[in-house]
Amino acid sequence: MSGINDFCFKIGTVNGTGSASANALLMQAIFRMGIPVVGKNVFPSNIQGLPTWYEIRVSQDGYTARTAPFDLMVAMNPGTYARDVKEIAPGGWLMYDSSWPMPRALLRDDITVIGIPLGEMCNATFKGDRERTLMKNIAYAGALAALLDIDMDVVQAMLQEKFGKKKHLLDSNHKAIRLGYDYARAHHDCPLPCHLQRLDRTRDHILMDGNTAAALGAVYAGATVGAWYPITPATSLMENFRAFCEQFRRTADGKRNFCIVQAEDELAAAGIVIGAGWMGARAFTPTSGPGISLMSEFVGLAYYAEVPAVFFDVQRTGPSTGMPTRTQQADLLSTAYLSHGDTRHVLLFPANPEECFTMARDAFDLAERFQTPVFVMMDLDIGMNDWMCKRFEWDDAYRPDRGKVLDRAALEKVEKFFRYVATNGDGVAARTLPGVDPRGSYFTRGSGHNKLGGYTEDADEYREVVDRLVRKLAAAGEATPAPEIVLSEGATAGVVTVGGCRGAVLEGLDRLKEQGIVLDYLRVRGFPFNAAVRDFLARHERHIVVEQNRDGQLRSLLILETGTDPKRLGSLCDYGGLPLGTNRVIEGVKALLEGVPA
Amino acid sequence: MTSIPKPRVQHPSSTRNALGLSRRDYEGGMSTLCAGCGHDSVTAALIDAFWQLDIEPHRVAKLSGIGCSSKTTAYFINQAHGFNSVHGRMPAVATGANAANRELYFVGVSGDGDSLSIGLGQMCHAIRRNVRMLYVLENNGVYGLTKGQFSASADIGSKSKKGEPNVQPPIDPVLLALTLGASFVARSFSGDKAQLVPLLKAGLMHGGFALVDVISPCVTFNDHEASTKSYLYTRQHYHEVAPVDFVPLRREIAAAGPVEGGGAVRSVTMHDGSTVHFRMLADDYDPTDREAAYRYVRAAHQRGEVATGLLYVDQGNADMHGVNGTVDRALTSVPFEELCPGNAKLQELMEEYR
Ligand SMILES: Cc1ncc(C[n+]2csc(CCOP(=O)(O)OP(=O)(O)O)c2C)c(N)n1
Ligand code: SF4
Ligand SMILES: [Mg+2]
Repeated sequence: MSGINDFCFKIGTVNGTGSASANALLMQAIFRMGIPVVGKNVFPSNIQGLPTWYEIRVSQDGYTARTAPFDLMVAMNPGTYARDVKEIAPGGWLMYDSSWPMPRALLRDDITVIGIPLGEMCNATFKGDRERTLMKNIAYAGALAALLDIDMDVVQAMLQEKFGKKKHLLDSNHKAIRLGYDYARAHHDCPLPCHLQRLDRTRDHILMDGNTAAALGAVYAGATVGAWYPITPATSLMENFRAFCEQFRRTADGKRNFCIVQAEDELAAAGIVIGAGWMGARAFTPTSGPGISLMSEFVGLAYYAEVPAVFFDVQRTGPSTGMPTRTQQADLLSTAYLSHGDTRHVLLFPANPEECFTMARDAFDLAERFQTPVFVMMDLDIGMNDWMCKRFEWDDAYRPDRGKVLDRAALEKVEKFFRYVATNGDGVAARTLPGVDPRGSYFTRGSGHNKLGGYTEDADEYREVVDRLVRKLAAAGEATPAPEIVLSEGATAGVVTVGGCRGAVLEGLDRLKEQGIVLDYLRVRGFPFNAAVRDFLARHERHIVVEQNRDGQLRSLLILETGTDPKRLGSLCDYGGLPLGTNRVIEGVKALLEGVPA
Repeated sequence: MTSIPKPRVQHPSSTRNALGLSRRDYEGGMSTLCAGCGHDSVTAALIDAFWQLDIEPHRVAKLSGIGCSSKTTAYFINQAHGFNSVHGRMPAVATGANAANRELYFVGVSGDGDSLSIGLGQMCHAIRRNVRMLYVLENNGVYGLTKGQFSASADIGSKSKKGEPNVQPPIDPVLLALTLGASFVARSFSGDKAQLVPLLKAGLMHGGFALVDVISPCVTFNDHEASTKSYLYTRQHYHEVAPVDFVPLRREIAAAGPVEGGGAVRSVTMHDGSTVHFRMLADDYDPTDREAAYRYVRAAHQRGEVATGLLYVDQGNADMHGVNGTVDRALTSVPFEELCPGNAKLQELMEEYR
């Protein structure tokens, strides 16, 4: 890297100081210059005072994965100077606040140091601690604008949009931007060799995080009831749902066409969703691993009593509380079979915000069609980071798939309604909704029931119902989105991956191909796995499963569900909590192909 | 567990309500509870209440948790949808169901284990949200279904069947609900149908969460001499504070006037215009004064008495939907076209993400 429109840089600050808006400003300015860009926020589980980083990758080819080391490090937090300096690529640059010189011992011979006295300048220009701290961030953005050749007209226009109505803030921001910009130009060679040049490759794109996209998908799919208990990294999903509903779901007289309940815990949130789903509403709850664990009992009820329910699991790192602000894909195995007894659930795996939007809609359709819980398996990286994605489109002809629901007219034609009798091969039995017609009444229970809906403790009657659920879930698996497959001529093995690993894996495969290693690619998008996944596994003797957890959970699911010989599936696991990097894929895949454990 | 079916009481088929339905039309499946179980009497009272109120059976949603008490939703109104959920979590399911369709009558049936131990938090939060529902807590001081362990409502000193005394202080759902700001709080006894039926009716017509704590003896595990939740103990220590007569709106004229049995009469108008007449047996009892109600119930308990009746009612509080400002109709009835903003709006929105 380290070229024009192809480099990455990292900004280290202290959380709670207002650096987020400066970082967003930089991202958006690059995006508006027509240059593909992604940002990764690496933040602490804390409100104020701990180190936080923002990584920005500029890639004219549109690669989205995280790539260390960094061409440029913007070190604004003396507390992390030592580790930040280590992450700079040889020949790279270090920019820092030179108001207080950096200890010589920390510096390296193979990097160029760019000192900007940000603190000094801001103290001289602004009054009061708060404004000085805030404006220091805008000032470093200004310095970066000079060093990277960010179009100042774009920056000015953005400030105007953001602060146009607040003259005082607008003035301060303008001043701060210029402080950094002018100083950098006067004292350093601008721009750096790695810098930006206008392109036209973001025209049909947006910058959005997955939680916003999923929330929007829920609004468009017609969800009316949302229940939640705040948890990082899922919180902003419901906050966005609320904001969109306030915008789009108020009637002329100000009434709300939605009901959001902030529950007392995730157990209750799951119960609320199930109650609403039983009534016939599209209902959902966003949560993360700890919440999923609490919902376990209720999820078994929804599975067995066959009640539609949609769950967004924005996965975070670790068992227990773990690392709440780090990303992982470590709930795959437990969620696939969540709850006691024999269970199996529909999972959808979006790779980016665009798929969060479409899969939110798919999740509601599948949940109603198959009368079962559906989990949209997101993660922190997808949910909370801004991704560049194609503008969303909505087909106005779309109507919700409500599945088999007997209304009053249909009930009139039925001699007697029995809840759990399936009439065709997909194993789905028609249901009725409360309040519609006395002929449709039945008793929903999580206790043993027979196909007529009656209580049972009879072995055969019990088996009859749960055997049908096996058929139903298999049909549901076939109805999940098909995997993404990229076949390459001359491929000798396959790589199977999931979710947000997509970017790093696709880029890694491109790089490997340049080195003569040609591999096929499959990304699963649904569980139970559909036939296309089995077919792909049959293409090659050997596959490498790339995922973000310690134990190779996707690999385990593939072995369990497709009967693939474990020896045929190599495992590349990345589970430190940061988004997967391309280098890890390249090195790991190579090692595995050479027979070395990754 | 024994499961002797309770003999059915035959009613003259000529007795029909305004919908032309007989009491039978409000019955459910055969009970499998122990003969004499208090819960079956509560079921019978519920059947009367719905029947007398002329509520269309299929406009009722019955929900429960797990326990002997929670089984009873299967024993009334066959033509209503029922939901036997998981232990202690009925309030959440009811909240969601009510959120989706505010037009139905919701009745939740729970036990003291279901509501005061595993599901205590859920019940408290349903009260706090003021979910519009009749919440019947069939209180027997034990876990019936798991064979007789003490529940959190057992009084100190009350003895188990094997003679062990309960040593932990009880949680009184009435006091708890009063503290939490519940808008309708009542207590009754499964053995006093005359008191219970009007209370259930008033609860059903209440505009928010209506708690009716019903002392409902467990004949199998907690009806012995040293129990404070037995039939005998409850009868002996029964203290009726404010028996009520519930008068639905359209029967106002026919039934108005003083209630039999003497005592001062107070009337509270429910949100739909129905009326509850209180017959004040206790001097100066004011069922609209939360603090006074709390003091009264507590003092009665300290004297070893079980204060019963409609102990507190407040019609002024908005329910969950009132607070949320939800549309008046069921959310399930809003057409998709009104829920989905459409592609044109989406494209406008996309501009904000550039
Ligand atoms: C999670 C869970 N834990 C334990 C149980 C076992 N269990 C079933 S009913 C019950 C207690 C019921 O007591 P109560 O609510 O007072 O009902 P009663 O039977 O006395 O009417 C228990 C502990 C269960 N069903 N689920
Ligand atoms: S509560 Fe007691 S009496 Fe009633 S059914 Fe259960 S065990 Fe029998
Ligand atoms: Mg009990």
